[in-house]
This record gives sequence, C-alpha cells and structure tokens, in this order.
Amino acid sequence: MVAYLGFCGIMDALTIHRLHFAFTITFHYLFPQLTMGLALLIVILKTVAIRTGDDHYHRAARFWAKIFAVNFAMGVVTGIPMEFQFGTNWSRFSRAAGGVIGQTLAMEGVFSFFLESSFLGAFLFGEKRLGPKAHWFAAFLVFLGSWLSGFFIIATDAWMQHPTGYRMDGAGLIQLSSFRELIANPWVFWQYLHNMTASVVTASFVMAAVGAFYLLTRQHEEYGRTFVRWGVIAGTVSTMLLPFPTGDGQARGVLESQPVTLAAMEGQFHTEAGAPLAILGQPDMERERLDNPLTVPDALSFLTYRRWGAEVKGLDAFPRDTWPDNIPLLYYSYHIMVGLGTLLGAVMIAAAIGVWRGFLYGSRPLLWVLMLAAPFPYIATTAGWMTAELGRQPWLIYGLMRTQDGFSQRVSAGNALFTLLGFMGTYAILAMLFLFLVGREIEHGPEPVPGA
Amino acid sequence: MLSSILPTLWFCLVAAMIAVYVVLDGFDLGAGILHLLVARTDAERRAVLASIGPVWDANEVWLLAGGGTLYFAFPALYASSFSGFYLPLMMVLWLLILRGISIEFRNHLHSAVWEPFWDAGFSLSSALLAVFFGAALANVVRGVPLDAKGDFFLPLWTDFRTGQAGQNAAGILDWYTVLVGVAALAMLAQHGALWLALKTAGEVERRATVWANRLWWAVAAAAVAITIASFGVQPLLKISFAERPWTLVFPAVGLSGLVASRWASAGLRRFLGSTAFIAGLLTSAAAGIYPCVLPANSDPKLSLTVLNAAAGSYGLGVGLAWFIPGILLATAYFVYTYRSFAGKVRGS
Repeated sequence: MVAYLGFCGIMDALTIHRLHFAFTITFHYLFPQLTMGLALLIVILKTVAIRTGDDHYHRAARFWAKIFAVNFAMGVVTGIPMEFQFGTNWSRFSRAAGGVIGQTLAMEGVFSFFLESSFLGAFLFGEKRLGPKAHWFAAFLVFLGSWLSGFFIIATDAWMQHPTGYRMDGAGLIQLSSFRELIANPWVFWQYLHNMTASVVTASFVMAAVGAFYLLTRQHEEYGRTFVRWGVIAGTVSTMLLPFPTGDGQARGVLESQPVTLAAMEGQFHTEAGAPLAILGQPDMERERLDNPLTVPDALSFLTYRRWGAEVKGLDAFPRDTWPDNIPLLYYSYHIMVGLGTLLGAVMIAAAIGVWRGFLYGSRPLLWVLMLAAPFPYIATTAGWMTAELGRQPWLIYGLMRTQDGFSQRVSAGNALFTLLGFMGTYAILAMLFLFLVGREIEHGPEPVPGA
Repeated sequence: MLSSILPTLWFCLVAAMIAVYVVLDGFDLGAGILHLLVARTDAERRAVLASIGPVWDANEVWLLAGGGTLYFAFPALYASSFSGFYLPLMMVLWLLILRGISIEFRNHLHSAVWEPFWDAGFSLSSALLAVFFGAALANVVRGVPLDAKGDFFLPLWTDFRTGQAGQNAAGILDWYTVLVGVAALAMLAQHGALWLALKTAGEVERRATVWANRLWWAVAAAAVAITIASFGVQPLLKISFAERPWTLVFPAVGLSGLVASRWASAGLRRFLGSTAFIAGLLTSAAAGIYPCVLPANSDPKLSLTVLNAAAGSYGLGVGLAWFIPGILLATAYFVYTYRSFAGKVRGS
C-alpha cells in the first residue's frame, strides 16, 4: 500500500503531463537554437562573400547550409508535436487561454512557418538558379522566418510569465482585450533578446568547434581558420551581451513581476539587508538554508537594487503556496546557466585575444578547449529555459491559473505515460540519426579549395 | 444573429485552411502511398521525391497554420478534440516524424540498406496518415460522447459499432470511421497519382497514369459508400442541407471534380478535378455539420458549436487584421514556389 501510494505520488497524471511537455520541448529546442543562430551566421558569411567577392566564403556558407538542412529537419519534425500538445495534454489550459495565446501561435504558423518552408528549398537547392544576390535574399528570408518564429514563441511564453492585454469573461475564460499589449508585453523584449543572443552563442561555439576540429586534425585548414575566426567574433560579442544588458534586463522583469521566483533562483531563504550572492551551495528545504555556501557578501543586494546594503526579500516574505514547487532544481538550473555562461564568456575572450594577437590557430590547448566547449551552450540554454519554466511554478499562467488546473483531465496518467515513452524511444533514434548525419557532413568537410 | 457572423467567418476560414491542407499535402501523401508501386529503381524513386521535394514541407505547414488558427478561433474545440483524440493524434505525430525524416534523410547516403529503408518508411507513413486523417474527419462527422464540461476520451476501438445516443460504445475506429479512412487512402492515392503523372516522365508517369485510372473506380465507389453511410450515421447532415439548400453547391463541386478527375482531357485538368473533388467533399462535411463544430452523440445539447466554442469577439476581430495580410503573403510565397517549380522534374 505504501509502495502503491509512492507510485501514485511520482507517477500521477499531473507529473506525467509535465514531464511529457518538459521532455519534448527540451529535446525540440536543441535544434531551433542552432537553426536561429546559424541562420544569422550563414547570412554573415554570404554577406562577406558578396562584399569581398571571395568565393571561399560562398563555399563555407554552402558547407554550413548542409548542416543547417539536417538540423532544420529535426527542428520541424520535433516542433509539430509542440503545437499539438497544448491541446492533447493541456486542454483545460487551452480552453481557458486559447483565445489569447492561440493568437501568437497562429501568427507563428502564418507569418513564420510559411516563410521558412517556402524559401528553405530555394536556399538549400537554388543557388545556381538564383545567382548570388537572390540566393543571399533567400538565406535572409529563412533567417527572418526563424527569428520571427522565435519572437512568437517568446511572446506566447512571456504572456504565461506575465499576462497582459486580457480580461476574464463571464464563463471564467481568459479573453484577449488588447492585441497591442499582448505583442508589446514588456516581458517579451528582454526575454527575446536574451534568448536570441543565446542562440547566436550556441551557433558560434558549434562553428568554432568544427573549425578547431579541422585545425587540430590538420584537414580543411583554410576553412578551419575561417570557422574559428567567425565563430570567435560572433561568440565574443554574443557571450558579452548575455549577462548585460539582456540577462540583467530579464532578471529585473522577474524581480518586478515574480519576486518569489528570484528569491528561489538565488537560494535566498530569508529576507535580509546586504544579501550575499550565492555562487555555490545546495538548497536544504528542510532547514530552509543553503548548505556549504560559497557567497560574495552584499553582492545580491547590489545586483538587484544597485545598492550594497539594500534589503532583498527572501522566500520567507512570500506565502508558501506561491513558492515554486521545485526550488532545488530551479536553483541549480539558474546557477548552471549563469556559471556556464560565465565560463563560455571567458573561453571566448581568451580565443578572441588569440585571434587578435594571431596565436590562436597554432595554440593546440586553446583549440582543444574550443572544440570540447560545443555541448556546453546547449546545456546552458536548456538550464536557462528550465529556470524560466520552473520559476513560473506553481503557476501555468502567472497569478491566473495553476499548473495543476491546466492538464487534460480525461487523459489518464497511463495514456500519457504511454506516449511519453513513445516519444523517448522516437527521440533516442532521432538523436542517433542526427549525430550520425552531422558527423558524416563534418567528416566529409567543405568542398575542396580550388587549386589547392 | 449578428454575434454569429465572426465565428461563422472563422469557421469558414478554418475549414478552408484544412481543405487547402488536404488538397496540397494530399498529393504528396498520395505520392508517398504509391511510391513503391510506381517507382522501382533508385532513379525513379528519386524522381518521385523530386516531384514533391521543394513543396511538401510548405504543404504540411497548412496543417500547422490551420491547427493554430483553429486553436485561437475555437479554443474549446481545440482543447476538446485534441485531448479526446489523444492516442490517434500522438500516432499521427509519430507518423509525421517518420515521414519527414524519411523524405529529408533518404538522399544523404548511398547504401543498399539506407535508401530502401526510408522508401518504405515514406510509403508506410503516407498510407497510414491518409487512413488516420480520413478516420479523424469521420469521427468529427459522426460525433463524440462529449460530457458537460465539453470533454471526452475515446478508446481506439471497442466493438466497431458507431454507438447510439446515450450509449458510450463508440471507439475512434468503428465501421464508419474505418470506411472513411480506407476511402481517404484511395482518394489521396488517386490525387497523388494524378500529381505524379503531371510532374514525372517515362515509366513513373506511365505507371502513375495506370494507377490513377484504376483507383478512380475505387474512389467513385468509396464516394457513394461514404455519402450513404454519413447520412445514416449523422442525421444533422440531412437537416443542414434541407435548411440551406445553397450549400448543395459543395457536393456539386465535388461531383464534377470526381468526373473531371477521370474524364478530363489534359493531365492538369484531371489533377484539378481531384482537387475539386477533395475540396468539395471536405466543404460538404463542414457545411453539413454547421453550426456544430463537434457534434455530441451522447446528448445533442452538449455539441460544440461555432458559438459556444469560439473565442471572444474582440480577439476574432483583431485576428482578421493580421490574418488577411498574413495569408495573402503566404499565398504569394506559394505562387512563387510553384511557379519556379513548374514543369516536369528531370527523372533518370
């Protein structure tokens, strides 16, 4: 009996539906983040090619277009389930809020998916037919479509984090009352910039890592130098923009609209003046403290209020039923994101100095670091999204609807577990296929340099 | 009356988007269904894939855009139907994944095990998707056991009877929905055969033409069977057409399309014939169940209608402001894509 209750506690319908969405969205987002960042880098490579007349950059862009194609296909096939799951697994949420968030999701389909899918073919297969200028434009439209898609998704999430432009109707449904407030939600601005910056970081590290791999293995070295150089330039700029202003801007939004979330992210259990910033430490929910803390005195007060002695509200300032329901995971997600972001920034600064002073291409240790760093932006973005979504708990729509009230009541835990397992198996195979095909493209390398 | 204008307009727009989806993705699904039958060699199979390559993904976007539009215009319908049809929809997703990677990954590698595997995946997923989509439409026409909250959950199958009012015996697959699923398989296969005849040359074109002619008889028989069955299963249809006789224009379009898809002279006209047939069939179904969007076969009073499933009127109104320019833009992309893809693909 005890064992059975335990099973219910872990495997109840709410938990399975949450895991279902968490698993499928986490896997899905591994691909669009590279799509969006790489689309920008490809447009940059093609712009350089046209402006300098150097065909080397056209060939470099062609190589990345092949990786882009595999990655894009993965994003499409894992993205379709996301659009369905609002209805299949979260029907009470969709019934209540579809009149609002359906707007941004439908706009994504109409404005972004049609654009991307129509011009992807021209971009991937039409270079000869279109000529350089029109082909640049096709690449630009694919880039634009993917960044618009990002905008509509962020606008949807931003509304769940910070609902604006709505009213409750007589039937208890949430209806749109101002389209302008929905699109110009102040939460959208920083979250969009922070997220898109992070996608450029991912693409920069991937490009630099492939370049570093070519230089370390002494193949395709001319391309290797180009990939490392442009990866490092874009990576340095984007990692610098991550903490400030974009991350800071988003944290201020959290402070203003979800102060209890900020306290949980920072592991700040008690309200205090001159609050320290926790670098390391494990939240102990029983004793309501951080174990083994490594802190910077007064720094949290300064970062939050720009004053060293300012009072920062801790979790104890808020009713317990508004605390995020998984504070340790939220705290770790946030600290992993910030910690990795800082490390990635340091790597890029070191590499940028290497490019500037001309020693990077011969510095094997630094190239090793660049090559091995590629997975970490993915971990950081995943941790960042976990921070946003765990931080929103226990709300599905902040302050309006609790997560426990949103899932599909008629879809039992057993049915949801069946499809969760199905997705896990499907995505395991997809992941292997993806790595296999991208690995082949990297091993095959760009087209040979003419005359070399 | 006035309050029903916006919901009815969005009902028409969503129905039109779904019809456009079935017509467009329908021909590439049909090409997939016949893939192994009309194309034997690697070069022939490449020709089949090349005939849908630049357009299939954009065609599929109509499903996403149509689904998204349905979500925002009729949240209650989206919530109820997507959760109620939980298991088959998840299978549709897995089939869409299999189909997408089969098309996209097939030509990355040359191997005696690689291409045949993805060819089979492409064909199997296309055929099953056609059956699923047909069965899904039949479920909507037949109705589902909605409860007072507007929810339902159906098992995949029970005893294959359609279930009577007040009973709860229906499953997602019953004799009627299976019939419509098989009919959809024949219809999309014929639609795809006419597309392949139009876009390919040589042996593939010849075999596709033979299949199109063969399948026409199955399609015609299926059209008669599902028409009779539908009027038997859903009494609402008779009432609707009696109340709004002008909506008989939709079945009339479908019928003339059916005739043209066999007897028209040129390949393009025959393809447009099957296009009109499919569009006529779908719009007939939509007109037949209106004002319901999801009839309840438990208690008719619990049916979801354009009025009780629609979003607020402000949202529906403001939606038009972005939808109209957005869909015009999308149409322009499609005109561009299909024009630059005109003519037969170079096969072997």
